[in-house]
Amino acid sequence: MHLILVSAGVILLGGLAALSVRSRRWASLLGAGSAAAGSLIGLVPALRAALGAPPESFGFGWPLPGAALSLELDPLAGFFLAVTLALSAVTAVYGVRYLQSTPGERSLGPAWFCFNLLVASMMLVLLAGNGILFLLGWETMALASFFLVAFESEKASTRDAGWVYLVATHLGGAFLLALFVLFARAAGSFEFEAWMGTTLGASTGSFFILAVIGFGTKAGFMPLHVWLPEAHPAAPSHVSALMSGVMIKTGIYGLLRMSSLLGPPPAWWGGLLIGIGLSSGVLGVLFALAQHDLKRLLAYHSVENIGIIALGLGLGLLGMSSGSCTLAALGFGGGLLHVLNHALFKGLLFLGAGSVLHGTGTRRIDDLGGLLKRMPWTGGAFLVGSAAISGLPPLNGFISELLIFCAAIFCVLHPSSPGIVTAGIAAVAGLALIGGLAAACFAKAFGVVFLGEPRTEAARGAHEAGPAMLIPMGALAASCFLIGALPVTVVRALGPLLNQVSGFPLPDIDRVLAEAAGIMAGVGSVIGIVLAAAAAAAGLRAWLQAGRSRETAETWDCGYARPTARMQYTASSFAQPLISLFSPLLRTRERLHGREGFFPKTADWSTETRDASREMLFEPLFNGARQVLGRMRGFQHGQMQIYVLYVVVTLLLLLAVSLRAAP
Amino acid sequence: MNPATNLIDTVTAILLITNLMLLGSGYLTSCIRYAALQGLAVGLLPLLLHAQGSWGRAAALAAAGMILKGVVFPIVLTRILRDINVRREVEPFVGYGTSVMAGVGMLAFSMWLTRRLSLSAVPESALIMPAGFATVLIGLFLIVSRRKAVTQVLGYIVMENGIYAFGTALAGGVPLLVELGVLLDAFVAVFIMSIAIYHISREFDHIDVDQLDRLQG
Repeated sequence: MHLILVSAGVILLGGLAALSVRSRRWASLLGAGSAAAGSLIGLVPALRAALGAPPESFGFGWPLPGAALSLELDPLAGFFLAVTLALSAVTAVYGVRYLQSTPGERSLGPAWFCFNLLVASMMLVLLAGNGILFLLGWETMALASFFLVAFESEKASTRDAGWVYLVATHLGGAFLLALFVLFARAAGSFEFEAWMGTTLGASTGSFFILAVIGFGTKAGFMPLHVWLPEAHPAAPSHVSALMSGVMIKTGIYGLLRMSSLLGPPPAWWGGLLIGIGLSSGVLGVLFALAQHDLKRLLAYHSVENIGIIALGLGLGLLGMSSGSCTLAALGFGGGLLHVLNHALFKGLLFLGAGSVLHGTGTRRIDDLGGLLKRMPWTGGAFLVGSAAISGLPPLNGFISELLIFCAAIFCVLHPSSPGIVTAGIAAVAGLALIGGLAAACFAKAFGVVFLGEPRTEAARGAHEAGPAMLIPMGALAASCFLIGALPVTVVRALGPLLNQVSGFPLPDIDRVLAEAAGIMAGVGSVIGIVLAAAAAAAGLRAWLQAGRSRETAETWDCGYARPTARMQYTASSFAQPLISLFSPLLRTRERLHGREGFFPKTADWSTETRDASREMLFEPLFNGARQVLGRMRGFQHGQMQIYVLYVVVTLLLLLAVSLRAAP
Repeated sequence: MNPATNLIDTVTAILLITNLMLLGSGYLTSCIRYAALQGLAVGLLPLLLHAQGSWGRAAALAAAGMILKGVVFPIVLTRILRDINVRREVEPFVGYGTSVMAGVGMLAFSMWLTRRLSLSAVPESALIMPAGFATVLIGLFLIVSRRKAVTQVLGYIVMENGIYAFGTALAGGVPLLVELGVLLDAFVAVFIMSIAIYHISREFDHIDVDQLDRLQG
């Protein structure tokens, strides 16, 4: 625990130091250096706690009513903390060079201060053992990340994204505030420990709904995800990586913590999370498929992966409610492992997108192309991330999705109730659909951006990022491989964490995990054979080609004499078949100009997919609110005297009312 | 009847008379003088009301209040008036006669209110509490009903006097820190507002508050 406090102290002090120096270089070095060093210090106790060290707590009073500075480091907090700190260290290192290259003489001190504050506030959220302390950390996290999103505030689109994020995060925060106040009133204290044994009776369900809405807004559950596709593209890339990789996971953490405080779950909680997971997963990946902006595409993939995580957690809750240790361990295990995996590969992909942006100056997929020759390392890292996020072996995404598949198939094989079978079938089908669509989406993203020929001058003049940006990406890619290569070790290490989350005894969980590890080992040997066969085929090819002459020629161009780079598949055209298949859900707008007469000279076709929940849910809601509130505008006319009069009249009325009420 | 009660009643009378004069006068210089007189009178209250408490503290408080309200504020405001060359409150929202009548009404309301509130009355005088409350209301009334920014500053000072009188009468135990805080508040407010008024008049050639609505939403 003391190491954790030291770590948070280093991070915060480093942020303050970065704020106080004038030079851009020193601000970066101080901010990033302290964030990385502090994260590494904190990683030690976090990992120890996640792997089953006895829970530690730390606390002293605080002269704020209801609040106390109580921190609690148990396996659940330790696991999320380890993920957070690892990704913070990596993105901080990457950010040094990335922010240096931002144009203009803008001071970097505030950006690094907010970055370090964001890391420290996430630590506070994960460690807090008191409702008020938790909300304090939660709001600090929201504000720090808001300022980071608004870093390039000279662009109107960035300012707009910042506002969307701020409004969304406060709406979610309002639900959490209601939840915490109601819970504290029922329990008589803001301490989580006191909440643990409180019997809530009929209001338990409504508390869970409040938690799902409040935490789901941060996590990005469909249809509350509206801020993700706005804020992630606008933020600097290392911040997008941190926000998408770990900050949205604090929503998952909060949901887990709250459901553990709310007591044993009824079956419909699991069903609700499975439903949310399926809709977020499928719609998230479909909307990603329809995007033309690389970082926006990645943001929608965060929605998809949060959906997969929710699916795992839903299966786990279902296991808890039906008393099945196997289902609970597999579901929670898959969901939680996916938290770690998503942090790794989504961090990697956002950093890769940042390198592309850094090297070419654009995020528009259709303006890129052929980058693999110009940026081989970035391209390689992006390929690893793409394969991992599509759930392909032998990478880490495969492992966690396999666990969730196991849980879903277990539901089907052990039908204790018709609801569980339905859930299992829906989860298997949904997860398979999500995986296939994700693979298609990343075939599009990687293919259009990195393969083929450059479509614009910007892509032609692309340059590879320096080692300061490549090493962090390399580290993340290596850990994707590592988890994929050591599934047995990783899965078996989840025992203490699952013991805390599911409440089943550790030996039972270890037995389930040993079985799962057996499946992993079997699948792993098949994968090994396939990989060995592929390697042998490659070796054979090299052997056959040795000593022979090779030529490279143009791709066959259908007899067209002068092909140009613009004749390649674009992002829109690549995705078009799938988009039109799902057009009722996506409501993509197509625009086709030209193509008239027998010999059309120019024609162009473009698609635009706007966020359905923003258009159909939030815009009507906010327009209605604006209309109602617009009527109040008459009260505001700038006359100072009348304002004072309002105050006086209100006070006198209140006084009169309270006097009338008094005996 | 002991001499302290006499003095307290005198102070209360001065408070009420200056209130009515502030309401009925249009000359800004005289208004500043009335407010200064009121400040001096109110400043005496800690000495008279809580003689049993620590003398040093009451004396320090009284001195600070009287110097600030009786000397510093009038000098600052008079200098501003000289600089910006405004003499009179022209066309207030509520006429002078009506204002005085409203003031009397507010005094009656305060009397009813303090009786209704059943506060622990000051043994020496029954009048000081309603007078203090009426002063608060009249200060607010000045802010609401007058056009010139200087009169608004005076309104705040009058309101502060009312709070001071009411507070001192209500509880002898108001901590020194709080009392000093209120004084400091008024002090800072007057300074900031006088600077603002000066700049506003340089910028716009007038200090009419009702024309400063350009920034409305």
